[in-house]
Amino acid sequence: MGSKQSSRRRFLKGGAALAGLAIGGIPRAIAQVPRVEKADAPPGDSRAYGHRSRFDTSKRLDDTHAPHGMTTPIQDTTGIITPNGLHFVMDHDHMERPDIDPKQHRLLIHGQVDRPLSFTLEELKTLPSVSKIYFIECNGNSQPPRGPGKDSVQDVHGRISCSEWTGVPLALLLREAGLKAGATWLVAEGADAKRYAMGIPLTKGMEDVLVAYGQNGEPVRPEQGYPLRLIIPGFEGNISIKWLRRIKVVDQLYVPRHQATNAELMPNGKALWFNFQIGAKSVITRPSGGQKLPGPGFYEITGLAWSGGGAVHRVEVSTDGGKSWKDAELQQPVLPMAWTRFRSPWTWNGQEAVLQSRCTDERGEVQPTLAQLREVWGINSDFYFQDHFNGIQPWKVTPDGVVHNALLLS
Amino acid sequence: MGWFTMHYYCRNLLVLTLALTGAAAVAQGPAYQRGRNATEEEIRAWDISIGPDGKELPPGSGTATEGAQIYAQKCAACHGKTGAEIHPAKLTHMGGAPGPLVGGVGTLSSSKPVKTVGSFWPYATILWDYIRRGMPEFRPGTLTVNEVYALTAFLLFQNGIIKEKDVMDANSLPKVQMPNRDGFVPPKPEWKPGMKRPLGYYP
Ligand code: HEC
Repeated sequence: MGSKQSSRRRFLKGGAALAGLAIGGIPRAIAQVPRVEKADAPPGDSRAYGHRSRFDTSKRLDDTHAPHGMTTPIQDTTGIITPNGLHFVMDHDHMERPDIDPKQHRLLIHGQVDRPLSFTLEELKTLPSVSKIYFIECNGNSQPPRGPGKDSVQDVHGRISCSEWTGVPLALLLREAGLKAGATWLVAEGADAKRYAMGIPLTKGMEDVLVAYGQNGEPVRPEQGYPLRLIIPGFEGNISIKWLRRIKVVDQLYVPRHQATNAELMPNGKALWFNFQIGAKSVITRPSGGQKLPGPGFYEITGLAWSGGGAVHRVEVSTDGGKSWKDAELQQPVLPMAWTRFRSPWTWNGQEAVLQSRCTDERGEVQPTLAQLREVWGINSDFYFQDHFNGIQPWKVTPDGVVHNALLLS
Repeated sequence: MGWFTMHYYCRNLLVLTLALTGAAAVAQGPAYQRGRNATEEEIRAWDISIGPDGKELPPGSGTATEGAQIYAQKCAACHGKTGAEIHPAKLTHMGGAPGPLVGGVGTLSSSKPVKTVGSFWPYATILWDYIRRGMPEFRPGTLTVNEVYALTAFLLFQNGIIKEKDVMDANSLPKVQMPNRDGFVPPKPEWKPGMKRPLGYYP
């Protein structure tokens, strides 16, 4: 069932004109060479697959909001890439993670298309691919936490990670299938037991969505959707379908259950649809909640900024509770819909200080204050579970050097 | 004009027209000849997406009366006798136990909104789609088509949306008017991708 045979079938069906398009194209799928298993590298052997130092204990933590979620220690990760073993996890609507044999896995594209297609992983990998650095953020990230001990940047903001994703542009696959007139939306579905599904606007699908098989130089991790994950840059993470197995092209918005129940309720009782894009956002990761400064002196303030609407244009840092702001240095590369690392030098005089950062993206969207968000959202009991919370995060350093979450909730 | 030239000409014309109108669909032939044509059988076996108009709904039917029995056996342990209860156990990750399936109409603009199938979901077909796809928890995909129609009818009846004897099938279900059908609004109609967004609206 190699691609050779199937493409011959399609060749016969499609006729000479189609074959003309294929001439000089991409080489055929590489024949499968039997792998030589070496006995000297048992699973778990760090010579075969390296481990980090035993002194490095940074780890994901159970998400207090979500029993099946795990947060990324963004206070510990350096640069803009999240190590694969620390990528946050938020599994929707299934109790058991699927254990998928990549040889058996198929991606089906059907619906409003001229040619419904089924791809094996190997076939996908022979198509032109791209590697892009994108963040994935849960729509529930950064909801102001309640209760004691929910102070750390990991607890509050750890439902985000950033990786280099490698895959085939979805637009290419949709063009291969041939979009019919009238196609406007997509439904993407996973191979998990409950077939988690979400709707995606076709315009986005044709723009920058990836069908990813690679994550930071290796296959996508099982908890991120091995062997295939849809990566939808800048949009809330819950539509970047894991264990991707089916894309249906449709002529209207289909509303899978999670899309209906996720719709954000406004104080007037109406709910927002198409609430996909992540706003301009930033957070200082060091110093941050729960950390302790050993004493007065020099510290580099550093953190992460991102926007679902493009590249970060500017990050300002305040060390006096927002009275004055100073431009932070942006670490290159500064990429659209990816984390941008920022840095700002600071000398702590030992007095109480409130540290915060403010992001402006390339469209000029400025990260709002809590007060501004309140005005928009109104204050109802649901407020503190508001999705897409991107308010400015203040951290208060008290004279003992301890850093506290200073987002005022009353 | 030979077939190929004609094809080529049409393609360019199409691309041009589409570029001018800004339409998303671009009709063209496959460039890479990769992947296998999926058979109709294969698609039927996998395609469980039901749209708002219910055109994919399979033949079959059920009423709330039938659904009540199945519900008592297969659902009530987790969702309560009437569907309006909240299960005490932490069964799932999303905020713990599932919320009530029944009730909540009129609460959405209050300080304690209760989002349920009845008070919040815009289309009755979503209920059918989700019950077949995801329920019962831990044993998804085990219900027959008629059971799914009956359970859908039962939950709609419990929510006061249909009558007990109403038969739900591929024809009647999409016609059911959900109370919150008009409760969903796009963030700002004038907003387009790439534009700066009004504060707080995240399309
Ligand atoms: C073992 C417990 C359990 C059983 C049995 C069960 N459910 Fe559920 N149900 C859940 C959980 C847990 C959720 C929430 C799932 C999630 O959010 O991922 C849920 C969610 C739902 C929802 C969506 C509710 C909402 O507001 O989003 C519906 C509808 C539903 N169940 C119907 C049923 C029906 C019908 C049956 C019987 C066939 C059933 N359930 C059996 C546990 C159960």
